[in-house]
Amino acid sequence: MASTDEIRADLAEIVNDVAGVAVEDVQLDKSFTDDLDVDSLSMVEIIYACEEKFGVSIPDEDAKNLKTVGDAVAFIERAQA
Amino acid sequence: MSDIVITGFGAFTPLGTDAPSTWEAMLLGRSGVHHLPHEWAEDLPVTFAAETAGDPSDKLDRVEARRMDRSTQHAVVAAMEAWADAGLTLGDDNGIDRDRLGVCCASGIGGMQSLLSQWDVQKEKGFRRVSPFTIPMLMANAPAANVGLRLGARAAIHTPVSACASSNEAIAFGLDMLRLGRADIAVVGGTEAVVHPLPIAAFAQMQALSRRNDDPERASRPWDVDRDGFVLGEGAALMVIETLEHAQARGAKIYGTLAGAGISADSHDIVQPDPTGRGQAAAMTKAIKDAGLTPRDIVHVNAHGTSTPQGDVAEAASIAAALGDSADQPWVTSTKSMTGHLLGGAGAVETFATVRALSDRRVPGTINVENLEPNLPVRIATETTSLGDGDLAALNNSFGFGGHNVVIAVTNAHQNR
Repeated sequence: MASTDEIRADLAEIVNDVAGVAVEDVQLDKSFTDDLDVDSLSMVEIIYACEEKFGVSIPDEDAKNLKTVGDAVAFIERAQA
Repeated sequence: MSDIVITGFGAFTPLGTDAPSTWEAMLLGRSGVHHLPHEWAEDLPVTFAAETAGDPSDKLDRVEARRMDRSTQHAVVAAMEAWADAGLTLGDDNGIDRDRLGVCCASGIGGMQSLLSQWDVQKEKGFRRVSPFTIPMLMANAPAANVGLRLGARAAIHTPVSACASSNEAIAFGLDMLRLGRADIAVVGGTEAVVHPLPIAAFAQMQALSRRNDDPERASRPWDVDRDGFVLGEGAALMVIETLEHAQARGAKIYGTLAGAGISADSHDIVQPDPTGRGQAAAMTKAIKDAGLTPRDIVHVNAHGTSTPQGDVAEAASIAAALGDSADQPWVTSTKSMTGHLLGGAGAVETFATVRALSDRRVPGTINVENLEPNLPVRIATETTSLGDGDLAALNNSFGFGGHNVVIAVTNAHQNR
């Protein structure tokens, strides 16, 4: 079972790969759009990269509620439980 | 009406990753054609092509590059080089009125590699793995739009599509844009990137490609009696054009003048050129007239010259018909003997070569001509050949499937000496 910080760190790698955001900027309190400047198309790529990386399913109706890095990490933790 | 001058060049081609190295390789008669070192090529009927001399993504930001089809990568890299070569920077304080800056960048086929690779993803992994960037990567206007975004162009952005005549058409429409007063400066040219198993198979099925698998460097041999088809190439060339007033006001160096364009349509067949050559000759005649020249002024023709059995002979006859009594005067060459056929990038690379031939007063020879087709009505340069002094004018021919004929006329007028 991955820890919260391990998930955050893996997610940070994905966000860096897809959108070029510095890994250290991807913190739990950050908003993808307002703080990290991730656009909607990049968010789609991040979601499906998370599905592959973490072995979870993130339906579109849930994905649109993942506003912050913390929202995404919490969703992945619940989905993996 | 103001003259339209050429003030910057960028190229990313099978001969080099920039314009100077591409031109140098042409003067040295190098071939950019090679055996394809890819597993996917092994079972194809044609196992060679002219891939670009480097990876364009090496010159781009990683995240930007992965959102661009290779055709767009070629175009953006070449456009950035052309812009810098014109002495311009990317900042808002670069002295360029963005509302007067246009882009006209062609592609013959568009983002085919992105289209096909994402279809593979969908078939193998399902629709939820298809990249959300697929459409902005595959759309034919993506190269032009990305160049425009980089430069902040707001006058207009266009993407003419006319198969292998596409980038000459882009240059012609860019010339129109400036002559009509819709912009003062524009970045024009074209790009292509379809070295992929499907287009190779498809062109091979048309019997259009050379099958000289055992000797790829000698496969593109326009006007040689043993020519057997064209060699697929890829890459891009872009150039900065501007009104003479605009160029002089900012003290730009000038390579030459984009003097005119001639466009015609064969209206004969979807892929075969009109055997009478009427359409090709008409485009050359129109270009000469549009430039205010006469056939006597033409000292050089960079031919379409794709190395196909019928096409090369037909074009020689068309050139002779257009030039009449002056047919034996110009040095005719095909730089496709070195670059392969860049399809929608061909006209731009060859217009670049034509302008440089005038400014250097040297025509790159057609390589691989071991036995010249007999009784041609024009003279073919088979080695680097010097041009004379004084004012020089030249034509660059591009003809495309669909019967599109686009000829660009250039001169060395206004060139910095």
